[in-house]
Amino acid sequence: MTLFPPTFAVALHALRRNLVRSALTTLGIVIGVGAVIAMVEIGQGSKRAVAESIQSLGANNLLVMPGQASSGGVSFGGGSTPTLTPGDADAIVREVSSAVAVAPVVRARTQVIAGGKNWVPLYIYGTTSDFLSVRDWAVADGRAFAPAENNGMANVCLVGRTIARQLFGSASPLDQTLRVNNTPLRVIGVLVAKGANTFGADQDDIVLAPWQTIKFKVSGQSAQTANQSVAAAAGATGNSSTRFPSQQPSPYPLQTATEAADFPAPPLPTFVDQILVRIGDEADIPGATRQISVLLRERHRTRSNQPDDFNIRDTAELSSAAVATAQLMSGLLLAVSLISLVVGGVGIMNIMLVSVTERTKEIGLRMAVGARPKDILWQFLVEAIVLCLAGGAVGILCGWGGAWAVRTFLHWRTEPSIPAVIAAVGVSAFVGVAFGFYPAWKASRLDPIDALRYE
Amino acid sequence: MELITVKDVWKTYRVGGEDLHVLKGVSMNVRRGELVALTGSSGGGKSTLMNTLGCLDRPTSGNYWLDNVDVSGLDPSARAVTRGRKIGFVFQNFSLLARTSALDNVLMPLTYATQRPTPADGRKRAVALLERVGLANRMDHYPSQLSGGQQQRVAIARALVNNPALLLADEPTGNLDSKTSVEILDMFKRLNAEEGLTVLLVTHDPAVAATAHRVIFMKDGLIESGAFAPELAGEST
Repeated sequence: MTLFPPTFAVALHALRRNLVRSALTTLGIVIGVGAVIAMVEIGQGSKRAVAESIQSLGANNLLVMPGQASSGGVSFGGGSTPTLTPGDADAIVREVSSAVAVAPVVRARTQVIAGGKNWVPLYIYGTTSDFLSVRDWAVADGRAFAPAENNGMANVCLVGRTIARQLFGSASPLDQTLRVNNTPLRVIGVLVAKGANTFGADQDDIVLAPWQTIKFKVSGQSAQTANQSVAAAAGATGNSSTRFPSQQPSPYPLQTATEAADFPAPPLPTFVDQILVRIGDEADIPGATRQISVLLRERHRTRSNQPDDFNIRDTAELSSAAVATAQLMSGLLLAVSLISLVVGGVGIMNIMLVSVTERTKEIGLRMAVGARPKDILWQFLVEAIVLCLAGGAVGILCGWGGAWAVRTFLHWRTEPSIPAVIAAVGVSAFVGVAFGFYPAWKASRLDPIDALRYE
Repeated sequence: MELITVKDVWKTYRVGGEDLHVLKGVSMNVRRGELVALTGSSGGGKSTLMNTLGCLDRPTSGNYWLDNVDVSGLDPSARAVTRGRKIGFVFQNFSLLARTSALDNVLMPLTYATQRPTPADGRKRAVALLERVGLANRMDHYPSQLSGGQQQRVAIARALVNNPALLLADEPTGNLDSKTSVEILDMFKRLNAEEGLTVLLVTHDPAVAATAHRVIFMKDGLIESGAFAPELAGEST
């Protein structure tokens, strides 16, 4: 006790003398701080849950598209020239630290047939099992691609709910075979229903297969892009040989089998139609966009005076919604916390004022035996602060208890928050000073003669 | 030599726009080791003079030397320090802290002392004082468990814990029966005789005032008689 002024001991003594009243006084702070801690923990949990729901819509996805092609001054729009390779996808996941999952995508649009039924899916994607992590999509029945299937040309596929319903009706599609462009694919899994996206397109109308399967078996054995627009563009701009087939012998006769074996052609580069990247945190999206851009320019050997041969798109609308939701919830929590703490503080001030009035005689006596106004001020201030801090400590325990109860019995998600604890302690000390000062100041300004005579 | 010297002290209150003179130029003195009674009819300025002498209040004009220090112009904080160091108070209603043991009541003023003894020394002194006032076996009792006389003796022990130069007793027997009153007054006499403590008894009771060596009689804001201590042989005023 030698460290503290002796008035500190007096204040503690006074609190102990009125233990029940002190406990009741501080109840406001206990509830306030407890509410803050519980609210913040539950709120953080809900915030994370909401953020994850929004993320599952694709808020943290980046879409890398090939650049535009043009022929004779006619542009064919974004994604019309093949520039992206599966190697680019591997490089992104290796070099960009905030990219948690990367999936190359090869698209096709053709008819699928199973038994007596056929259907043209909205999406036929050749990809890897990372596609599921990028899109936050789970497999409801069956399994995802095995690692060997990811990098091979296995004849397996995953189907969305719509495909399962359209082709197999109520029967289980698992281990059934469907034919895509005459390539038989065995269904190894059914995806969880996702419903329509924000533009009304049915996301469950999808067939997923290993990207090489789609690339080399389904889309035709073209080493070039599967993007039909390029082929169409080539046709549109008038490749005369297609329009006017020549009857003359070809100046470059086809290789015989022996020639082909003796002089194997160098492997042609394979291209993918797009690369999907999942970023761990929405906040990292601008940084990740820059990093991917630099990386791909380097990999594609783009000169500094040349434009990008790719485009990176983010779902800005969704990610801004995610950020706005997070801010809204934080603001809401802050408001609730402040209100409950102010209410608790007013309670403390009220009781301290009552206490000053009640102990007017005592204050007079203390002044008569030599207590300076400063001593009285400190005594009451310390009482208020100790009340608030003790209330804060109990409140933190109550808050943790409340969050635990909510987690255990209601199965809500909660997240422990150290800043909330620090803030609660700080704010309760602040409340103690702020609301304890007026009563303490009032006590210190008492006239000893009046105080002694007070009945 | 004088412990208290008061020279032409006025105290004026403003009540409803009019000046009310409660002390009208009081001059008096108290020597060290005297047992003096301050008496007079009610409304005569007795309490006001006592508050001034006890440094609870400051005079409107005039000077007051306590222990050769002019304390008439001090601010509240400095007056508090003076009270703590030089004056012990005994009140009519005992003014003990409720739900606090007799010992802790006696120890209380040490909290505010400018030169605080160590807790062990302070405790030793408080125990000795309680023994001195005859409460050696009542130290852990709460005021509610003590009789009026015992409570007043705790209050006397409390007043003495800081070794004051002056003991100011405001109607110390006002709430006590006649038998206990005599005991308490005997205690003041003994403290005065044995330890040379200067005691100022403020009372309206002539019987109480009669125990003092000298009676200062106040009327209408002025001292009628007994204002100055008789001159001692070989000393000039």
